[in-house]
Amino acid sequence: MQAVLPRAWETPVPAKPDNIVEVRGLSKFYGSFEALKEIDLDFPRGELISLLGPSGCGKTTLLKMIAGLLQPTAGQVLVKGKPVTGPGPERAFVFQDFALMPWATVIRNVAFGLELRGMPKAQRHEIARRYIAEVGLAGFEERYPHELSGGMRQRVGLARALAVDADVLLMDEPFSAVDEQTRRKFQEDLLSLRRVQRKTFIFVTHSIEEAVYVSDRIVLLSRRPGRVSRIIEPDIPRDGTPDEIRRDRRYLDTIEDIWDGLKRFVD
Amino acid sequence: MTLFGHRVPMMSSLLVWCLLWELIGRLDLMFLVPPFTAVLAAMVELVQSRQFLAATAITLRSFAVGMALAIVVGVALGVLMGRFRAADRLLGMWVNLFVSAPLSALVPILMILFGLGDTTIIATVFMFAVWIIVLDTQAGVKHISGSLVEMSKSFGAKPRDVYLKILLWAALPEILAGIRLGMIRGVKGVVIGQLLVSVIGYGELFELYSRNFLMERFWALTILVFAFAILVSELVGAIEKRIEYYAGVRQ
Repeated sequence: MQAVLPRAWETPVPAKPDNIVEVRGLSKFYGSFEALKEIDLDFPRGELISLLGPSGCGKTTLLKMIAGLLQPTAGQVLVKGKPVTGPGPERAFVFQDFALMPWATVIRNVAFGLELRGMPKAQRHEIARRYIAEVGLAGFEERYPHELSGGMRQRVGLARALAVDADVLLMDEPFSAVDEQTRRKFQEDLLSLRRVQRKTFIFVTHSIEEAVYVSDRIVLLSRRPGRVSRIIEPDIPRDGTPDEIRRDRRYLDTIEDIWDGLKRFVD
Repeated sequence: MTLFGHRVPMMSSLLVWCLLWELIGRLDLMFLVPPFTAVLAAMVELVQSRQFLAATAITLRSFAVGMALAIVVGVALGVLMGRFRAADRLLGMWVNLFVSAPLSALVPILMILFGLGDTTIIATVFMFAVWIIVLDTQAGVKHISGSLVEMSKSFGAKPRDVYLKILLWAALPEILAGIRLGMIRGVKGVVIGQLLVSVIGYGELFELYSRNFLMERFWALTILVFAFAILVSELVGAIEKRIEYYAGVRQ
């Protein structure tokens, strides 16, 4: 299954930065449909990297291959230098549709990753309680998912991913199923989370504004087959208020720039 | 319901039918239909008789054992068929055949296999109940979106965890619906089995009463068996209601 094509990465790179996730020559076919073609990407530790592209460009497929939930047709993913063969404890996934167990309380949902690791109940509930408080859901521990709003459910999904203390958080359009106000609040929360936690975030979105607003680095994917078309490092001031940032020239120019590049993929 | 502007309490239609029964019984048209009050009197007498209590114990035991087997085997087969296409291909045809086949025809074969005893009755209950449980469980497991399974795998679930912590729970509404329908069929199974074997439990009593034209007792027993069937189904229905909330909210 290994690609034997000569690739740029095989030549030694001097002063390699600390890349926690490396994607090497990754391709994915669904039957004869080529979803992703020869993706090479580095994800530096501690950054928030967005995968942005038109629908059907394979960004979720790429994320799920990094998660080990999908097997690549060719190429490989390295996490901390080790090839990925399946899901692992150093990665945690946040799902677009939240994927909460409707029969379980908030605290059991949040502690589920720890439960699967065989941690005793008292201990895992203590940890879960801490992360439930961290995402602002203290007091909702014994509620069921159907009693919560969409935004609150995704906070549960986020707390569950944080509770297992993974180095890499993989987020698949986590804010796409919540309303706009909640979405903006989430973006702020994500930014402050990134400041507090020493974690790497890989974030799939189809919203250009969202990607530019939250990312250290944006990977633009093209469509059919999905390839890396550009990598952008938005130079946005991070010290202003959200409204100041959203009115900032550089923020708006970056959005415009990306939109110009993506326009041709809109059919 | 209202009738001529008056509110009619629930179940009053049942009263009308009981009254009609009583009238026909009083007219003495057929020996098959004794007055309803006479049947009620027979019922009070019946439930106190040692014969009835012994028959009830035997019937309940066969029913419970047969149902337990049907639930264990039915859910396991259903999950298997819902998860693996090969199992579905191999077994689907038979399950669909048996779920609608007139299974009473097979009871004589069970008698040859298991003899004229409890085992045949248990096998009959099992055979009547198991297929619908398989079908409903399979439907439930097939319905589950990949999302929850994927979630559990991403957090390191082993195959065992996926089955016990995700699949069984996610399919629980359908599994319970299957069990409820299976129980109704199981009641049929236990009665039909006993009637055909006709030397144990209620079957023996039915045989005794109808042969000796003890129609009051015959009807009293019939009503009790019917009531049991409804009770069992309502009981599972009540459990179903408690988890109904999540049948609708599953993704």
